[in-house]
Amino acid sequence: MMLVRSHPAFAVRLFATVLALASALTVAPPAAYAGSDEESPWPDIRATLYGGDRQIHDADGVIELETPYRALDAATVPLTIKADIDQTEQRYIRKITLVIDQNPAPVVGTFTLSPANGIASISTRVRINAYTNVRAIAETSDGELYMTKAFVKASGGCSAPATKDADAAMARLGKMKLKQIGTWRKGEPSEAQFMVSHPNYSGMQVDQLTQLWIPARYVRQIDLTLGDRPVLHFEGDISMSENPSIRFYVKPKAGDVLHATVTDSDGATFKQDWPIELGSAS
Amino acid sequence: MQAQGRVGLKPGRGRSAGLRPTRRSFLRATVSASMAATLCAPNIRPASAAELPDFEEVAEGAFVRFGLQEEITAANDGAIANIGFVVGDRTVAVIDSGTDRRQGEAVLKAIAAATDKPVSHLIATHVHQDHCFGHIAFADMNLHNIGHRNLPRALASRGPYYLKELAGISPDLGDAGYLVPTETVSTTRSIDLGNRTLVLEAWPTAHTDTDLTVFDQRTATLFTGDLLFAGRLPTLDGSLIGWLSVLDTLIGPEVRRVVPGHGPVGDGHAALNAERRYLTRLRDDVRKAIDDQLDIDGALARLKSGNRKGWLLFDGNHGRNIVTAYTELEWE
Repeated sequence: MMLVRSHPAFAVRLFATVLALASALTVAPPAAYAGSDEESPWPDIRATLYGGDRQIHDADGVIELETPYRALDAATVPLTIKADIDQTEQRYIRKITLVIDQNPAPVVGTFTLSPANGIASISTRVRINAYTNVRAIAETSDGELYMTKAFVKASGGCSAPATKDADAAMARLGKMKLKQIGTWRKGEPSEAQFMVSHPNYSGMQVDQLTQLWIPARYVRQIDLTLGDRPVLHFEGDISMSENPSIRFYVKPKAGDVLHATVTDSDGATFKQDWPIELGSAS
Repeated sequence: MQAQGRVGLKPGRGRSAGLRPTRRSFLRATVSASMAATLCAPNIRPASAAELPDFEEVAEGAFVRFGLQEEITAANDGAIANIGFVVGDRTVAVIDSGTDRRQGEAVLKAIAAATDKPVSHLIATHVHQDHCFGHIAFADMNLHNIGHRNLPRALASRGPYYLKELAGISPDLGDAGYLVPTETVSTTRSIDLGNRTLVLEAWPTAHTDTDLTVFDQRTATLFTGDLLFAGRLPTLDGSLIGWLSVLDTLIGPEVRRVVPGHGPVGDGHAALNAERRYLTRLRDDVRKAIDDQLDIDGALARLKSGNRKGWLLFDGNHGRNIVTAYTELEWE
């Protein structure tokens, strides 16, 4: 019988090696964990996002962040940012940024909104790698910043922030769906769910045996317009779950068509349109 | 079914009493005849880590250490999955290695107690850490290291995360490690242990996208890995629709004995039917929630306490199954 030599070095268990590899990459693989809880990465993240001198107010009365206490599935943790102010021309939420302190890439992304949304509430799904603070930072149209945070426990068990069926994810790459939640009425804030099928690969470590390397490939940008009105712009990163899904609000008009353009980190672009349906006037 | 016999004592560990029969193994020895008759194992929680289960001979030359029906904790050393080995006329094949080096070494010790034949094959039934992270104990051995064709990719994607998680549960679980398979199976493959053929079958995405079963032709024993859970709630980490489809052909007419990934040995049919009932209802309930435009939170609120029906470890896993099913079924 032919036996195959398997060398001890192939047992991938040296975090030092993994961390060293990770630091050499622009996109850190999942193994690159941030430090312990007491070494908060937030000051650095904040400085990167907003510079050192912008004040960040408590978000009370502006937005609320709803998270599960414990992530059930590390790959899919639903989050809701609930807006507590109306989207009026005088003052509205123009950006919402999501941050997961202890993730390899802490900034999930930024949603850009406008009065065309009516309500600036957003629901989406993220990967959560560890026990971590999750932050939502709103920027209002007057340039002020408001932050709220929540602590989320990691999932445990066999759950992992990884693709479940990698072949299926690639086979369906770029397929999109738009759902109208409830009955939409002309001029009234109405909820939509936009979904795009994409593995949102976070990039995987170099395997020492096979040199297996799965490069990061993720949704970088989503642009949604209703008629000629931009209703959502998202710029994201690898902490967004596989098959990104966003629930948000629009104020529809008769005859509107929703247009979606999605661009991923490989430069692939996916486009689709959906005519929307309005219910009878209330 | 043949009488079960226990081989080997649990290897000594730093903090345990070492080589002495434990209450658990004594219980196993005394009740093994009735267990063989009823095809069910007692559900006894360990009083301490010193009472972890030992290997049992479930069929001639086929040995299994039945894992505890628990989550991985410091107290149970992560010994929660069924792991085993099969002895041919010339060599031995190991089927899963447990959660860490200690469990992998326990497999080697049990093999040494059962036979002087060498280990030729190391088989991983899937990517999860309770099944193949004891592979580290086999790292410097000459053997065929075999897994599903997707296993290298899955280990690259999940392995470091699982290792960190294990170390976080207990420093005692810190010495775990996987080995990327050097040989993979895309459909089926037969291996010969000397007048004893094992048939390996790689399945489409079901429990995970790395599920591999092992059928021992001599005793007609099927090692299902986690395609079959007995007693403990099945955990979905692949494809619900795929899993239900796999269940249609998982246990063929040639199979007389089934070793599930978790739970007692048996003919497998009752366990399979229970699993199918759970997964079918999960599919139907989540489809309905999606049709009703519920988001994931809404689906969880509606469904998290239903479908319980006597399953062990329901509360820790059903919610996650709902989330996982939702993200699959919303693309139907």
